[in-house]
Amino acid sequence: MNANNTDDKLEKTFTRRGFIKGTAASAAVLAIPVGSTDASVWQSFFQNNFHEMSPEELQDTIHNLAKKYREKYQADFTIKTNGPRPDTLFGYGLDLSRCIGCRRCVYACVRENNQSRDPQIHWISVLQLKKGEKGVSDLENANMYYAPDEVPEDGYFYMPVQCQQCENPPCVKVCPAKATWKEKDGIVVIDYNWCIGCRFCMAACPYGARHFNWGEPRIPKEELVTETHYLGNRPRYRGVVEKCTFCIQRVRDTPGRYPACVEVCPVGARKFGNLLDPKSEIRYCLEHKRVFRLKEELNTSPKFFYFFAT
Amino acid sequence: MFYPIRNFFVVLKTVTKGNGYYYAWIACLATLMIIGAVSYLKQLDQGLIITAMRDQVSWGFYISNFTFIVGIAAAAVLLVVPAYIYNFKPIKEIVLFSELLAVAAITMCIMFVVVDMGRVDRLLHVLPLIGTMNFPSSLLAWDIIVLNGYLALNLFISFYALYQMAHNREYSLQIIKPLIILSIPWAISIHTVTAFLFNGLSARPFWNASILAPRFLASAFCSGPAIMMIIFQVIRKVSKIEIDNKAIFKIAELVAYAMGINLFLLAAEFFKEFYSGSVHLAPMEYLYFGLHGHTTLVPWMWTAMIFNITAFILFISPATRENFLTLNLACVLICIGVYIEKGMGLSVPGFVPSTLGEIYEYSPTLIEKLVSLGIWSTGALVFTLLVKFAMPVYTGEVRFYSKHGAVR
Repeated sequence: MNANNTDDKLEKTFTRRGFIKGTAASAAVLAIPVGSTDASVWQSFFQNNFHEMSPEELQDTIHNLAKKYREKYQADFTIKTNGPRPDTLFGYGLDLSRCIGCRRCVYACVRENNQSRDPQIHWISVLQLKKGEKGVSDLENANMYYAPDEVPEDGYFYMPVQCQQCENPPCVKVCPAKATWKEKDGIVVIDYNWCIGCRFCMAACPYGARHFNWGEPRIPKEELVTETHYLGNRPRYRGVVEKCTFCIQRVRDTPGRYPACVEVCPVGARKFGNLLDPKSEIRYCLEHKRVFRLKEELNTSPKFFYFFAT
Repeated sequence: MFYPIRNFFVVLKTVTKGNGYYYAWIACLATLMIIGAVSYLKQLDQGLIITAMRDQVSWGFYISNFTFIVGIAAAAVLLVVPAYIYNFKPIKEIVLFSELLAVAAITMCIMFVVVDMGRVDRLLHVLPLIGTMNFPSSLLAWDIIVLNGYLALNLFISFYALYQMAHNREYSLQIIKPLIILSIPWAISIHTVTAFLFNGLSARPFWNASILAPRFLASAFCSGPAIMMIIFQVIRKVSKIEIDNKAIFKIAELVAYAMGINLFLLAAEFFKEFYSGSVHLAPMEYLYFGLHGHTTLVPWMWTAMIFNITAFILFISPATRENFLTLNLACVLICIGVYIEKGMGLSVPGFVPSTLGEIYEYSPTLIEKLVSLGIWSTGALVFTLLVKFAMPVYTGEVRFYSKHGAVR
């Protein structure tokens, strides 16, 4: 549901006056770092990659970020930087026979993770597939824009797709700036302050899981979630890539909380847990259900498992 | 004492003095550059949302132009090989002017990549030492290295040669020959690495075919020399430099073979995709026949096909390739054909259908076209100025000053 129609609008506004105004505005934008006495502009310019920051630097950065968010959104943000929990490798299960395609997960995710509302960004895409036709290995007939009055529709099944948190992530391999990487607990994350916006990772991702901020992300003030993680749901910038992080801001807490999509699912189709814990629910699913992973032939080894429970 | 400053003015005078056509050409390029720059400022102000690119088709017109121009940069220098093998008379011209073309082309390549970036302010993040370049894992890191290395190599060779010529000295083959020889595999490398950018992505079956890099090279060997043939004709018209017809006809013959190989590789791709008819056929179907009623690229692709085949026929027969009317027609056809095929015809179908089966029909917005036009004009201006200086130096009409006064 991307803003495909916005360029028509933009074309229309492309009048000469608008053009000149825009030019003047952008010249002003360009001028800020030169003329500004505000040190934070330079601080963010020289900010290091998240990997390479010393604890003091990290603290400075967080402080600076919180200040900027306050200026921009008039809200106080908590920005966590807590690392992976020991002996943890997160895995996700999705029961296709339960999913009814209601998209509550999509909107819970948008809300929890401060995704832009205009232009719209959705980290979860729910595909509608016809029963008895091609399976899930050819998605050409899948429809993610279904809009009936009621779901589920007869004769269809639904397959939500989000970041598959690959053990062998092709997106990480191609990033020229090391702005995205896989954490010890298996979550693939992005440093939104390091991403250069080349979108090579989007070309590399086989699951359409990565999304780009084509325009300035906009979130209504009353819907902001201010409890955030540096690598997760903190507000993003124009020109950077973002994606699902299994709600890193929730699952890394002690005690850990479920990702927002798991919590909201009305039919219990979504399972989540620690793959290294033999007693976890996700391990139970893996051992007792017939599980498959999406596009397994690409050898990306996702930690996102689909199954048919009934 | 002040001879470097005097020499600077010699260069300045050479490039600023010309006839009416020259000024008109420069003014035209400058106007387009300003339009491009203003459009780019607009894009910086509003973000890439002003382009037609979206999550489904995340690379578009900019990257398409980039891939085409890498071919120009590579192929011009590759002409050095046949120049040596066939012992063309004007080897020096071929080497010098194709290297200047490579300089202009790489400048354009870098500009196209930069305007495609979401965060141009973070450009330094990809550099080694200053940033965290992901070398050797990311092919984009490789591309940054080979493109800049190629630029440095060509700048050095051509500037060194011109500098020596301007001092009436024979340039030292000991210095320059190993570099010229190095520039040949390097030219192949910039093209191969750029092909591998696309080729290495298993998520995109259309690009993930081993035929991609060979086809890149074959088609580059068509468009690059075609542009050089036109440039040679212009150069010998506006200067006293003599370029033998035979050399041009020989290049035309080589282009015919390259296009033959390119068409053969395309046929191999067609056969494999359409005969086996797997789900990976979709992008190919989209290109040539349209997919579920989406046909934006179909007329373009058939135009490219017809142009390429026509050019192939014109180049292969001696009667038409040795007639300047049909030769130039073939050069223009082949440039347009390869531009379509290796530009939008290569980058867009990688994204259509998307990895989740969506079809988003991409076609560039006005801003994208204007920015691209601005970059093309910048490249043309760079090349024009370089050649404007190189021509009289080459013929001996312009000479520098040294410590002892004017060089004789």
